[in-house]
Amino acid sequence: MTRPDDAVILVTGGSRGIGAACARALADDGWAVALTYRTSPDGAARTVHDIEGAGGRATALELDVTDAGAIGAAVEAAGATLGGPVVGLVNNAGVRADDLAVSLDDDAWDVVLDTNLTAAFRLTRQALRGMVRARFGRIVNVASVVGPRANAGQANYAAAKSGLIGFTRTAATEVARRGVTINAVAPGFITTDMTAGILQNGALEAIPARRAGEPDEVAACVRFLASDGAGYVTGTTLFVDGGLSA
Amino acid sequence: MSTTVTAERVEQVVYQALESFGADPSEFSREATFEQLDVDSLDLAELSQIAEEEFGVPLKGDDVKGIRTVGDAIDLIVSRA
Repeated sequence: MTRPDDAVILVTGGSRGIGAACARALADDGWAVALTYRTSPDGAARTVHDIEGAGGRATALELDVTDAGAIGAAVEAAGATLGGPVVGLVNNAGVRADDLAVSLDDDAWDVVLDTNLTAAFRLTRQALRGMVRARFGRIVNVASVVGPRANAGQANYAAAKSGLIGFTRTAATEVARRGVTINAVAPGFITTDMTAGILQNGALEAIPARRAGEPDEVAACVRFLASDGAGYVTGTTLFVDGGLSA
Repeated sequence: MSTTVTAERVEQVVYQALESFGADPSEFSREATFEQLDVDSLDLAELSQIAEEEFGVPLKGDDVKGIRTVGDAIDLIVSRA
């Protein structure tokens, strides 16, 4: 099955970083893109402007992905605004709140699990309703090399991202015969606001590629996984980490 | 959203849905079990969604867990409409 006409893809956290790069790449591939933002309306508007300037279609929606009551309305708004079925979803919105496990407080644990894992589950549950009926869907979860690989100070982030990979595998098998694929990408160290200040010389030496990755390099992988050509790829995790986890 | 809900209309919609899931229409009857028709939990989840879209009847997971036959599904939807 191929992507329906006027297909819409929802990209959470699309105002900057990996999310913005994904939004641009997906629009370039013919998707109508609804990108969400929480704290960066200007960044979201810039991304929409970039996409429209390149001949694509996009809209920006304000959404706190941890607000369970807002998920249904957001998915509906994405489809209504862009005039097409929401058959794509990129669960990219994420936060970190680092501390050692011995010191991590409940709030730091909860916000990271809620934003990076539970939100992805809720959005997937909502989006699958339309995808299953449409007999077509593409869901890409932005996980991380952290989780499968240890990173001291990020036990909460690691738990959320590992959980996201597990969720991806099982959910993918449930809906595969409906033409819906669910995959994850696992970025390593990517040059974004989230990693600003983290990357130092020592960290770079651990990366076989000896450099951080760029958001566009992750977006290229998301673009592929969301494409018609990736219809037989599901339940898998594509590591985009310069060899860090090899 | 909801039209006049008759048992006949519900049966028609249920049968159409089952056929779209790949079940063999020649085996359809009220007594046919979902197991016999090779209709599984994903299909029933979609059937629940169809019931909600067609008849405004929201079915939760627990509602669907107890149904075994086509007749069970038809009766459940009719009773909730």
